[in-house]
Amino acid sequence: MANSFTRVMSGRNTAVMLASIGAGTLASGYLLSDSTAAAERKRLYPPSADFPDLRKHNNCMAAALTPTIYGSLRDKTTPNNWTLDQCIQTGVDNPGHPFIKTVGMVAGDEESYEVFSELFDPVIKDRHNGYDPRTMKHPTDLDASKITSGMFDERYVLSTRVRTGRSIRGLSLPPACTRSERREVERVVVTALAGLKGDLAGRYYSLGEMSDREQQQLIDDHFLFDKPVSPLLTAAGMARDWPDARGIWHNNEKNFLVWINEEDHTRIISMEKGGNMKRVFERFCRGLKQVEHLIQERGWEFMWNERLGYILTCPSNLGTGLRAGVHIRLPLLSRDPRFKKILDNLRLQKRGTGGVDTAATGDTVDISNLDRLGRSEVELVQLVVDGVNYLIECEKRLERGQDIKIPSPIPQFRK
Amino acid sequence: VSTPNVIMPFGNTHNKLKMNYSAEQEYPDLSQHNNHMAKVLTPEMYANLRDKETSSGFTLDDVIQTGVDNPGHPFIMTVGCVAGDEETYEVFKDLLDPVIEDRHGGYKPSDKHKTDLNPDNLQGGDDLDPNYVLSSRVRTGRSIRGFCLPPHCSRGERRAIENLSIESLDALDGDLKGKYYALKNMTEEEQQQLIDDHFLFDKPVSPLLLASGMARDWPDGRGIWHNDNKTFLVWVNEEDHLRVISMQKGGNMREVFNRFCTGLTKIESLFKERGHEFMWNEHLGYVLTCPSNLGTGLRAGVHVKLPNLSKHEKFGEILKRLRLQKRGTGGVDTAAVGGVFDISNADRLGFSEVELVQMVVDGVNLLVDMEKRLEAGESIDDMMPEQK
Repeated sequence: MANSFTRVMSGRNTAVMLASIGAGTLASGYLLSDSTAAAERKRLYPPSADFPDLRKHNNCMAAALTPTIYGSLRDKTTPNNWTLDQCIQTGVDNPGHPFIKTVGMVAGDEESYEVFSELFDPVIKDRHNGYDPRTMKHPTDLDASKITSGMFDERYVLSTRVRTGRSIRGLSLPPACTRSERREVERVVVTALAGLKGDLAGRYYSLGEMSDREQQQLIDDHFLFDKPVSPLLTAAGMARDWPDARGIWHNNEKNFLVWINEEDHTRIISMEKGGNMKRVFERFCRGLKQVEHLIQERGWEFMWNERLGYILTCPSNLGTGLRAGVHIRLPLLSRDPRFKKILDNLRLQKRGTGGVDTAATGDTVDISNLDRLGRSEVELVQLVVDGVNYLIECEKRLERGQDIKIPSPIPQFRK
Repeated sequence: VSTPNVIMPFGNTHNKLKMNYSAEQEYPDLSQHNNHMAKVLTPEMYANLRDKETSSGFTLDDVIQTGVDNPGHPFIMTVGCVAGDEETYEVFKDLLDPVIEDRHGGYKPSDKHKTDLNPDNLQGGDDLDPNYVLSSRVRTGRSIRGFCLPPHCSRGERRAIENLSIESLDALDGDLKGKYYALKNMTEEEQQQLIDDHFLFDKPVSPLLLASGMARDWPDGRGIWHNDNKTFLVWVNEEDHLRVISMQKGGNMREVFNRFCTGLTKIESLFKERGHEFMWNEHLGYVLTCPSNLGTGLRAGVHVKLPNLSKHEKFGEILKRLRLQKRGTGGVDTAAVGGVFDISNADRLGFSEVELVQMVVDGVNLLVDMEKRLEAGESIDDMMPEQK
């Protein structure tokens, strides 16, 4: 074994010798003879040497990544020089949980989804219920007028919220962007938001520059986001250079909010107390369209294509990137053993009121759509409306001592 | 749409996209920062260095990312930069030379560093009073020439380093004979034993380390080797390729240093037999990931009881003059418990290993004498040392 190592390593000795003489010359030499160094590295470290150890892993990336796929993708880069290893680093570093299946990879730019489609496509399929980007098209529909019965019983629904993300085409995504690109995202978006009027008029608070008072106000309003601590995010490099070019914009009425350069270029949120989902969604769509129009005036657009819908950093947010939800009190139903099955069949998800990974406090739960890709925004919001109305019906029936039924599962698309 | 990948994976600091923007647009906001990198990196320097890279593709932004992401503390001055390979110190010398000078007491680019691992050159050191000195320890790091360093290495390289280390360490014999425990393969029992022995290292949580990319792919390629006597320990692929530690209870620093030198010298020759050497040059001494560990990379220290002296108003001044540093007994960034301090050399570069251990031996002897005086209710004013 010693001999094979000596043989394998000896090829580097020349480079090493040169390095100890004068690395300046070596650096420029390298840039002139890219292919020699590259060939050398490939010879010393074939893909099998670099293939990650995923035996203890439980995420979508680990389930899909084979040595063959790795071998064929390892040496490719997107035009921005983003690599497969950079996409999957977060999934290698975070093996996952036996019960929660995380995605385990991110995109560094729009092209990642194409250059590394051999891995992204099966991951997308796994995460999005069999959606096949090669054969299927994603519908986009932001016409809020189509929503029916979008007003919830406010004895149960305490607040209503719709969020999504948008990426600015031509600029790298948060795992990959340079400081300039991030600052450019901030500039483009803040300029556009400054053009919003009427009930959407508002102002921007840069994370690095806000006063203590502004910070406290944003905390009290539950608007402030902080540097990510989740290793899922930090391992993907999204927290670099914090808090440079990060900030929060909200309208004066405090029901339309934009996060800049957190996990995505932008996260857009429409929310209010009470149960008027139709109005929340209407403002959401209106705000989104206006922002899109404002950036287009300046020659920018959102990342979107008909295979994947809106392009975001995490494959789990492709398509609509939409999570429409309510904080709702369901004291009886939430304790009923059929609750989970009812939610599953309605294609709904429950979370604690602190958001993903938190536990429910008291009887209040956060209920939202499970799906993101393969159904339009209108379809998903309608699904939430119908589903939440059903849950409220169940709660009322239980209050009256009546029995409830598990609804039949909403058909998922399958290829 | 795809182009051949000739570079190492971590971070998109390798991309050339930034060259589409001016240096001013890319320059990091260091206005809240207090670390060596931030003090030194001017916009002009950034502009001059930002298009350079080492032959393995390590860039300026890679060097400084940890310093950008960790502004520092008003009282503690962190380094704020790391090396990704041996060449980093050459390609980015415009940045790293002043950082090194600032961190290592005025060490100039033209200075030469002396390496002395001959334990016979140490005077005394075998009789630090065990009533006060609870334990003695010497550690350093070593990097294997030809491989990228932990912030930058690929999985293949890291595994190659591990395999090479296992082979070499397996060949140690006598009182250095021992065994390797790979972090990802150890049994529950082995893990508990290593914890009880205070040998186990865990995935770094410090943002200083995480931001530089050293924790990637954890625990792949990481492990702990120790001798059967549990007095000689090697960490593989934590913050450096190798961290080598000699330690034992009591005050016989001489014996600890003896074993340290013998072990290191043996390990070095075992690596050489396999065609590898340690990264070393006559200006920087041993080359390690963090500029703070250049030179000897050596921290020689004791856990010592100084309940009275530590409360004396001149304690800090005394340590400074002796070129010593205090830490809590949990290591760097911990507090002292029960009057027991970790006292070690403050310097790494510009003094040889023997010189640094000598400073610790002489210094600790003086501290213990002072402690005894104060215990007896006497003054220590006549014992104040000169600045070394």
